[in-house]
Amino acid sequence: MRQIIALSMILVVGALLVFTVNEYLLPFGAFPERKIGGFENESVGQRILQDAPKTTGSANIVTSVVWDYRGYDTLGEATILFTAVCSVAMLFRAFRRRG
Amino acid sequence: MAGMTIIVRTISRLLFPFMFLFGIYVIIHGHLTPGGGFQGGVILAASVIMLLLAYGIERAQAKVNVLQAELAESLGGLILVGLGLLGVALSIAFLKNVLPFGELGHVFSAGNLPVLNISVSIKVAAGLLTIFYAMLRLQGGKE
Repeated sequence: MRQIIALSMILVVGALLVFTVNEYLLPFGAFPERKIGGFENESVGQRILQDAPKTTGSANIVTSVVWDYRGYDTLGEATILFTAVCSVAMLFRAFRRRG
Repeated sequence: MAGMTIIVRTISRLLFPFMFLFGIYVIIHGHLTPGGGFQGGVILAASVIMLLLAYGIERAQAKVNVLQAELAESLGGLILVGLGLLGVALSIAFLKNVLPFGELGHVFSAGNLPVLNISVSIKVAAGLLTIFYAMLRLQGGKE
């Protein structure tokens, strides 16, 4: 019975995946156009590609997105790394002390 | 943790400065070419870990010991937050790009971005080294 349920769920998820990438739902390879927030015919990605060297002064657009447009996100990544280092050091020191 | 044979030692001794220099290149040119603070920091940490695997723990800790690694990691995080607060002090927003931009495509350009890259590279390199030292301690290596 469990196998039948598992198989049917796999089939459902597979059908959903195939249905989601259907070209009528989401055109592949085309930028979705949003007409909100001052964007008329271009997408956010195209706007960043055009304006990033002017607004950040960086020739590498990936770095300008990572450190300028989404600086908070990268600071959060650094915090995650700091927490990971602290927890690993704490955990292995506790193991060592116990013997 | 003991070292390895003389072949591995010689190769890693010859390779170490080039790896370190390449890591520094990736960090310094983070705002011009692919790469950046995280990637360059990982390369720096990997060069020290290679030396550690070849020569044993004592030689690596003579270069960077545990206290220095932990201090460097905290210092990198402090520089990061300090630059963010500099944006608050000189302008209106946290982490705003307040330093002068310079000329596009030069090494000294892009305002805050190279300094942020350098600080996060110090943080990543020292953090990975700290993780490696802490895990090595479980295997019975001395600190």
